[in-house]
Amino acid sequence: MAYRILEKEEIAPSVHRMIIEARDVAKAAKAGQFIILRIDERGERVPLTIADFEKEKGTVTVIYQEMGKTTKQLAKLSAGDYLEDFVGPLGTPADIRKLGTVILVGGGVGVAPIYPQAKAYTSAGNRVISIIGARNKDLLILEDEMEKASSELYIATDDGSKGHHGFVTDIMKKILDSGEKVARVVIIGPPIMMKVGAGVASPYDVEILVSLNSIMVDGTGMCGGCRVTVGGETKFTCVDGPEFDARKVDFVQLMNRLAMYRGEETEAVEKYEAECRCGLH
Amino acid sequence: MQEVQGEKPGKAKKERTPMPEQPAEERRKNFNEVTLGYTKEDALAEASRCLACKDPKCVEGCPVNVDIPGFIQLICEENFEGAIERIKATNALPAICGRVCPQETQCEARCVLGKKSQPVAIGRLERFCADYEREKGVKAPEVMPPTGKKVAVVGSGPAGLTAAADLAKLGHKVTIFESLHKAGGVLSYGIPEFRLPKEIVRQEVEYIEKLGVEVKPNYIIGRIKTLDELCDDFDAVFLVTGAGLPNFMGIEGENLNGVYSANEFLTRVNLMKAYDPEYDTMVRHGKHVVVVGGGNVAMDAARSALRLGADEVSIVYRRGEDEMPARREEIEHAKEEGIIFRLLTNPVRILGDEKFNVTGVECIKMELGEPDKSGRRSPVPVEGTEFLVQADVVIIAIGTSPNPIIFKGSEGLEQNRRGTVVADEETGATSKCGVFAGGDAVTGAATVISAMGAGKKAAKAIDAFLKEK
Repeated sequence: MAYRILEKEEIAPSVHRMIIEARDVAKAAKAGQFIILRIDERGERVPLTIADFEKEKGTVTVIYQEMGKTTKQLAKLSAGDYLEDFVGPLGTPADIRKLGTVILVGGGVGVAPIYPQAKAYTSAGNRVISIIGARNKDLLILEDEMEKASSELYIATDDGSKGHHGFVTDIMKKILDSGEKVARVVIIGPPIMMKVGAGVASPYDVEILVSLNSIMVDGTGMCGGCRVTVGGETKFTCVDGPEFDARKVDFVQLMNRLAMYRGEETEAVEKYEAECRCGLH
Repeated sequence: MQEVQGEKPGKAKKERTPMPEQPAEERRKNFNEVTLGYTKEDALAEASRCLACKDPKCVEGCPVNVDIPGFIQLICEENFEGAIERIKATNALPAICGRVCPQETQCEARCVLGKKSQPVAIGRLERFCADYEREKGVKAPEVMPPTGKKVAVVGSGPAGLTAAADLAKLGHKVTIFESLHKAGGVLSYGIPEFRLPKEIVRQEVEYIEKLGVEVKPNYIIGRIKTLDELCDDFDAVFLVTGAGLPNFMGIEGENLNGVYSANEFLTRVNLMKAYDPEYDTMVRHGKHVVVVGGGNVAMDAARSALRLGADEVSIVYRRGEDEMPARREEIEHAKEEGIIFRLLTNPVRILGDEKFNVTGVECIKMELGEPDKSGRRSPVPVEGTEFLVQADVVIIAIGTSPNPIIFKGSEGLEQNRRGTVVADEETGATSKCGVFAGGDAVTGAATVISAMGAGKKAAKAIDAFLKEK
């Protein structure tokens, strides 16, 4: 069994969008869930959040940044190629219902999982205020899509090349300070951004959720590699999450666990790129 | 394994025929199979020891009731094809059972010869027949005409494969749903290559497919489809989702980098071949590895860590060696390879450095007190005996619980407090009509052959259910 890549596009430098034909996954997918893919027999199993899905067409969209060997390999694939495995939908779907006003904060490729949530919260009748950010304007993704899916959209860039010069959390704080009644804040992005964002929103009377990425193998609770401490208890990101109460998450542990294979990853990338230069790939 | 000599060394018949194996010094450096299998001469010599009892107790000891004297007699006649056919009449996975069944507590434990000397090496003979057949090429088995009934099997481990084979032979259309990318369940992700080569698992799955069974990998029931939706599409469902959720001890430092559940460690090594540099999956190659637990999984994890190049691997177990649930043969193999056994020892906390990496395990000595519910004397810590074991990888192998995903979106499937599915022991029938369950999902973690036994019983009950429907 193989899964066909229907579309592939570089939407920002080293950031790619891929639309994959996976009927069963598309049919069951909900906002907040993720998939695990494997490129070929020798590949590792890599979790990626679902950036979009179309049930009728039977397609699932993923967005990824070139980081390790596998994402670099993925970046080399194009429409018409196949992935060996594409399993999902995994994780507990986001708890989306009518709450009133919801702030959605997405940073970097974290905007990808925010997008299906924006659509879902909007269609559930919420006023959705979205804040998306990146290091600079070139790295911003899904701007038009987010514009359409939200009631209001704010943009922040670290270098000020577009929108607010600074962090997404600055805008979030401003809105919370304005006295507008907000029921929930969802923050998805690099762990450090989620940690900072959770800290900033913490003093306000608002529910704060983060969606955690973590190192995992099977995605069904079997390996326990994705464990994270939430409220002093060990939870498995794949089955208990990926969304958790941000105030309770031990972000320091999460960041340390994500760094577990950093040395090996750098080595793998170096080896892979050396082979590419030799024309082996 | 060291062969114990028979009482009368002059009579060769009393002694078991030894199994050729890789020397410990060599095999601790590779993932190739430890035991090499009987030659034809070995098999004939061993088969000739069978007394062909009129009332064979060994058959009763086998959860799937293989006609043991029958197939051994056929070996004696050098009719190896007949022998494997006889085994396969009741056991669809002989190459696997011949390798990983705990024969010493099942069929071989009942062998009359065992009373005075050593029982017939039934497992080794079973393996010989299966390997003989694989070399010759497996014959397509006979299947009854289609009944038009559809059965879904959720999980492709030993219970699922066994039930699927039996149901397919009876003419039912069987579909197996597997959440991982490869079929076999624990046979694929859990048991290491050096004990059960994955090529054998692949061929056994291929045999099941030859019976007309469809295997759907990457398909998670509870996520893609709920159990209720599955019940709408199929005439009966057999739930064999195993006990995959790893248990942890809840001690300090358990989430440090370098602490693995045995499931994660073994999945990375076995299923994802992290020991092979050609594969991309990573696993930490520890120099000082501590494995916590005393079962087969702990032995597998320890021996795998050793093969990844560790200088020192120790097993920390809170009871004594006699209480270890692991197979004797596996304990012996581990010892021969140099695994250190720290018995009557329990971890108290795991220590790490500023980078969150494991540096050691603080342990405490234990002594055995009063018997607990399991009938085993329960271990009690001896105060003031804490000591430190250096470690850069710690593997927790203290058991697993059933995976809860299956219960999501399923009305009326009863589960008990331990999270297992409530099912009738004889038939596998659950509280939900048309849904049967078996294997570790019902019993909690157990053995391959007991799961197969449950698969056989359920297949019979499902067939009866379908005929009445």
